[in-house]
Amino acid sequence: MEPNYLSTPRGLKSWLTTVDHKRIGVMYLASILFAFFLGGVFAILIRIELLTPGRTIMSAETYNRVFTLHGAIMIFLFIIPSIPASLGNFVLPLMLGAKDVAFPRLNLASYYIYVAGALLAVGAMVTGGVDTGWTFYTPYSTTTNSSVGLMTLAAFVLGFSSIFTGINFIATIHKLRAPGMSWFKMPLFAWGIYATAIIQVLATPVLGITLLLILMERVFSIGIFNPQLGGDPILFQHFFWFYSHPAVYIMILPGMAIISEVIPVFSRKTIFGYKAIAYSSIAIAAVSFLVWGHHMFVSGQSQLANAIFSFLTFLVAIPSGVKVFNWIATMYKGSISLEAPMLYAISFLLLFAIGGLTGLFLGALAVDVHLHDTYFVVAHFHFVMMGGTVMAFLAGLHYWWPKMFGRTYSEKWARVAAALIFVGFNVTFLSQFVLGSRGMPRRYYNYLDQFQPLHVFSTVGSWILALGFFIMAGYLWVSLRKPCDAPANPWGAVGLEWQTGSPPPEHNFEHVPLVTHGPYDYSQPVSEPEEVQA
Amino acid sequence: MSVAAEPFLQHHFTTAEQQADAGKIGMWLFLVTEILLFGGLFVGFAIMQGLHPEAFLQAHRHLDRTLGFINTVVLLSSSYTMVMAVWSAQNERRKRLIVYLLLTIAFAGVFLGIKYIEYSHKFHEGLLPGRFYHHAGDTVPGQFMFFSFYFMMTGLHGLHILGGIVAISWVLRRAIRGDFSHKYYTPVDLVGLYWHLVDVIWIYLFPLLYLIK
Repeated sequence: MEPNYLSTPRGLKSWLTTVDHKRIGVMYLASILFAFFLGGVFAILIRIELLTPGRTIMSAETYNRVFTLHGAIMIFLFIIPSIPASLGNFVLPLMLGAKDVAFPRLNLASYYIYVAGALLAVGAMVTGGVDTGWTFYTPYSTTTNSSVGLMTLAAFVLGFSSIFTGINFIATIHKLRAPGMSWFKMPLFAWGIYATAIIQVLATPVLGITLLLILMERVFSIGIFNPQLGGDPILFQHFFWFYSHPAVYIMILPGMAIISEVIPVFSRKTIFGYKAIAYSSIAIAAVSFLVWGHHMFVSGQSQLANAIFSFLTFLVAIPSGVKVFNWIATMYKGSISLEAPMLYAISFLLLFAIGGLTGLFLGALAVDVHLHDTYFVVAHFHFVMMGGTVMAFLAGLHYWWPKMFGRTYSEKWARVAAALIFVGFNVTFLSQFVLGSRGMPRRYYNYLDQFQPLHVFSTVGSWILALGFFIMAGYLWVSLRKPCDAPANPWGAVGLEWQTGSPPPEHNFEHVPLVTHGPYDYSQPVSEPEEVQA
Repeated sequence: MSVAAEPFLQHHFTTAEQQADAGKIGMWLFLVTEILLFGGLFVGFAIMQGLHPEAFLQAHRHLDRTLGFINTVVLLSSSYTMVMAVWSAQNERRKRLIVYLLLTIAFAGVFLGIKYIEYSHKFHEGLLPGRFYHHAGDTVPGQFMFFSFYFMMTGLHGLHILGGIVAISWVLRRAIRGDFSHKYYTPVDLVGLYWHLVDVIWIYLFPLLYLIK
């Protein structure tokens, strides 16, 4: 077997000190998958507790900690770093025809900062947990005795990891594209990652200072968020959402970026509306900074502000809709093949459409008064984050798995898992839309008897989901145990990352590639037909 | 291949220019994050000052304008020496480069020294942040809020000065070792950019905190 990045150089130390973007991507992948597992365990616990009103398996205090940890782990340790830091780290330089990211050592530093932040979060868990919800709303977060200090410190540290990744990717995209690759010959994945990186760089520092202010409030009682001392708790919400709303686009834009890659490959067609998709990523990034107030419609902010934020929120639907329609137009009259990545991509289209449209319900002022802080919000958020980002992440994981590890997985089991995950997801979360619209509040331990059937329904769905993920873990693990068997280009894709070996050699390419055609040029036969799998 | 002749060129860059440009993009982005980090504090200060204008006006009278002004001059001078350091690196004047870097570090030290005098004065009078505030004889309540921000903003800025001293010392070590030439002086350039930002933040902090009308 030819030497590749996995086999040379050898040894644990060579991995821990590596500056190779591919190895760092793999280390990130392992870490975020572990975080996803941990957050998933908490999710299952939440669902089991909600099987019956009142106590099922845990006390109300424990329940508060469990849903907080589910949220905090999934947001800060899994979904924000998920696609950019793992898959993005691995494939972005390959797609651009580069040997590495612009700042390889900064890349490694960002990984270790991530690990440090994760350890702090674990520290917060074992020293009593956190019971504020992942949003750390004041004044509760500045007065509760749980480990808010450590958890905010963890999120603060993780922010640096995110910023460093963002800086790295922007510089990489600006300066390390292969000869001939103009901005509009870049794969759309790079555009999505670029838009994401902009938000990471511009929004994350504000979260950093906000979390520091919470720490200061807890240690010194500085007064800024405490109304008794002349401060303003609503100001915290403004600060927090000024980051955390753009942050949901940090989570979804990379997902959209993956979908833009997968759909043309498995439709055997040039992407429809390349420029529109590219610009819509930037448009989403820009508008994302202007909509944070829609989290605060019932906080008492001025009616004028509410109306403006509501209007701006509706604007987000335009670039999102542009993308969805372009993807569908790409599939139209394409030669569609339904392998695992495409199954997840189609799941994304369906679920993201529901998630996006219900976002408009919540952005409408009058409707939001009814739906605010109910399960409708929970369901909407999970439809865009899990139905959107996680499905896209799984599409990307299955799409690039042979490239990353040089091994194919069982297509049959992959389809079974995809079906279970799709069904399980809908059973779990469609029911929560109904619960929410009937008045089930979010984060409640106890509920009225009339809600129980739907809660049971949702909990059963979470078990189907879990089964799907266990099957996935199984066949991916099995694939890693066997020798390398993946061809360089198993899908017959035209992107640069498929023009090198699977797994790629240490410095990515034998020769610097010269880009002559567009990134989705499926109008001609694939250049290496002998390597296409039968 | 001229790789052997340019040991500073990292393997994944094709030209020295590409590497220098990437470095500059990275540094400017980092500076943007710094501005937003401080931006949160500036916004918080503005809103709290709007809520408690009298308290902020009274509280700021406890600050020593003379020392604040001297520190402003000190930092501006350090910016000048930093610019001259970059110029010296560009033009391969190694001795001058070393002298200017040393001067910049010295100015930074003076700044921190004066800050220390100011801080110990405040500690002595009980002008402390949040719950530790215990200044006697206040006529307007709520002045602790001003000092919460005073210490957070100048403290965070002070940490950045310390970080700057570390970064400049690292550049100094490399300058003494003779790493830089007219082809390669990116580290001096980038640390210079950072240092100017730290100065600029002080230029805003000084009138904001010391010169309230």
